[in-house]
Amino acid sequence: MNSQEGETRSPYREYCGWFEAEDVARIQHKAVQAEALFRTTGITFNVYGAVDGDERLIPFDVVPRIISASEWRRLSRGIEQRVRALNAFLYDIYHRQEILRAGRVPTDLIAGNAAFLPMMMGLDPPGGIYTHISGTDIVRTGANEFYVLEDNARTPSGVSYMLENRETMLQMFPELFAKVPVREVSDYPINLLKSLAACAPPACGGTPTVAVLTPGIHNSAYYEHSYLADHMGAELVEGHDLRVVDGRVAMRTTQGYKAIDVLYRRVDDDFLDPLNFRPDSMLGVPGIWDVYRAGGITIANAPGTGIADDKALYSYMPDIIEFYTGEKALLPNVPTWRCSEPEHLREVLDRLPELVVKEVHGSGGYGMLVGPAASKKELAAFRAKLEANPGNYIAQPTLSLSTVPIFTKKGLAPRHVDLRPFVLMSPQGITITPGGLTRVAMTRGSLVVNSSQGGGTKDTWVLED
Amino acid sequence: MLGKTAGSLFWMARYLERSENNARLIDAGFRIALTRSQTAAAEWKSVLVTAGVNQAFQAAHGDYSSARVIDFLLRDPANPSSILSVIRQARDNARTARTALTRETWEAVNTSWMTLVALLKRQVREDDLPDVLTTIRQQSAQVRGALNGTMLRNDGYHFALLGTYLERADNTARILDVKYYLLLPSVAHIGTSIDNVQWETILRSVSAHRAYRWLYGAEISALKIAEFLILYRQMPRSLAFCSERMENHLTQLQRHYGEETEARRLAHALNYDKLNAPIQSIFDGGLHQYVTGFLRDTANLARQVERDYRFVE
Repeated sequence: MNSQEGETRSPYREYCGWFEAEDVARIQHKAVQAEALFRTTGITFNVYGAVDGDERLIPFDVVPRIISASEWRRLSRGIEQRVRALNAFLYDIYHRQEILRAGRVPTDLIAGNAAFLPMMMGLDPPGGIYTHISGTDIVRTGANEFYVLEDNARTPSGVSYMLENRETMLQMFPELFAKVPVREVSDYPINLLKSLAACAPPACGGTPTVAVLTPGIHNSAYYEHSYLADHMGAELVEGHDLRVVDGRVAMRTTQGYKAIDVLYRRVDDDFLDPLNFRPDSMLGVPGIWDVYRAGGITIANAPGTGIADDKALYSYMPDIIEFYTGEKALLPNVPTWRCSEPEHLREVLDRLPELVVKEVHGSGGYGMLVGPAASKKELAAFRAKLEANPGNYIAQPTLSLSTVPIFTKKGLAPRHVDLRPFVLMSPQGITITPGGLTRVAMTRGSLVVNSSQGGGTKDTWVLED
Repeated sequence: MLGKTAGSLFWMARYLERSENNARLIDAGFRIALTRSQTAAAEWKSVLVTAGVNQAFQAAHGDYSSARVIDFLLRDPANPSSILSVIRQARDNARTARTALTRETWEAVNTSWMTLVALLKRQVREDDLPDVLTTIRQQSAQVRGALNGTMLRNDGYHFALLGTYLERADNTARILDVKYYLLLPSVAHIGTSIDNVQWETILRSVSAHRAYRWLYGAEISALKIAEFLILYRQMPRSLAFCSERMENHLTQLQRHYGEETEARRLAHALNYDKLNAPIQSIFDGGLHQYVTGFLRDTANLARQVERDYRFVE
């Protein structure tokens, strides 16, 4: 919020004026209210094996994170470029693989990758779109320094928090929105619907029928699945509601089976079709793959998209962007050591206490090492893991992430954050909702923002010009 | 609408109604246990039989002490029909059908669940019981209010209401099934009124002891009570009222989908054939047989609705 010289940065000026005139006890009270609001709405996540009533809330902070119009313009240009490149990359590796032939990305990284789906080779997803929905994780290190930390193209989650956080802020501090010109986020579901409908398959005749596929009410993101379906006016289906009828995937309605054109699936590739992928899966639809191949349904995101989330591949993103767009990446990557390469590994082992090490297929903040926060014992244990299987890891410097204020019992206190803007892609173009999900490391000094590791969220404001 | 969603709305409403009915049964049982300790065990047993959980209770406990029965009915995990189990199932169904509920209705169900989970965390002391039962009924009223005030009158609404009335008809019929012998005018009872406390219990378990007084005055007879609970169409828990509503909602669904169903035909038959006879002829044909037949008919109707609207594959 403050610049290095200790002055309030301009996007925060109006908010700070309001905050200073406010009674801290009132804000404290609102923070408690917000929690009750989240519980009533049911924005909780299940903790597997926990007893009744132990559903958890992701901590919510009442101080918004504010981004200026010009900062956002820069960010959104960079994000758009990146998502376009990713989609082009996915098309390429599932077709002629020119980037591999050109030697810009090593073949091993694709062929030996569990997220690479050979069955997708030569297949054209409707509209040529692989990454219908993606979330790009971004961190900031200084006044005009943003880095992309991760690409999430498999099934990025968290958009319901972006929407509910705003809804909660509007309920609690309506007067603030009259003072500060904040851009709307509430049209995300309708944009999602339009974007999905624009990718309808060849078999679709008339207005496309869109449905959301969820693993069910026990899934930790169920709230989000039902929220999106509800706000799009689309059916929320589970595997057992679906079957293949006359070459189409159809859902069992009170009036019999009805064909689905676009399936926004929130289950992983492996579980999509027990006949073609994991035979023990109960979450998917037997035969959906064959319907997909024949152009009978659009699956969003396309099967095989998960390879774009690979952290080893991430290190090649600047090359990938250049290869497909002919431009330099507008948003830089965090410098990354690939432990699969001997010189890189040597350097990582030498500098382990100052680095962050991640598994290439990992997510959710699991299986990572934050060097500066680790004990000697943890470092030694991780060193052994690295030496045993170096190809499984990448390492990055610990960035001096910028902080934003959160509200604590003792007043405002700085915490590290990241930002996940949500990006929609269809043949009609790319839509980025202004803002996104800001995740906060709630503990002082911590760099880990994942909700599974005690991270929280806050509303994200992009200001009008 | 998905068949599964229709089924979830139907069951959500059934479970919500069941939680309220069970609270009422506990209330009536508790009164007898307080005022007539010598008949308490028998009364608790009939409450458990009415709720359909006597066998489960015996397997887990055995003797019918008030504290044990009350805890079993409120919160025992071994009891699939305990208030706690039932409200959890209502909420799970509401979550499954979340996209077919208004935010207000969903939040009312979710709040009910949160409130009851907190309320029933520990065993309820007997002097707290009346308050707890009141809360359960209030929560139920809030859900009904939200449903009534905010839901579109579309297929989803009709499935929910169908569930409500089916469960309620079933509950009233079960009360009659368990207590029918008290209403049989036996030789010993001819010319005498039935046991005051007993008839009051029956009426209390359908929250209608005052309504009865307004209707029939001080005359308390088995025939009148049976007529009130079975045939009286203004009484919202009578078999006739519930059957009429069921037929009505099935007719609306038929209109909504433009397709005739077997379920609607069954509901019509139930409503016209079984609930238009004078009470005396029901007694003449045997009250017990009548009630057993009614329970069988509603169970058949529930199965037919499930088939007609594809709740499951």
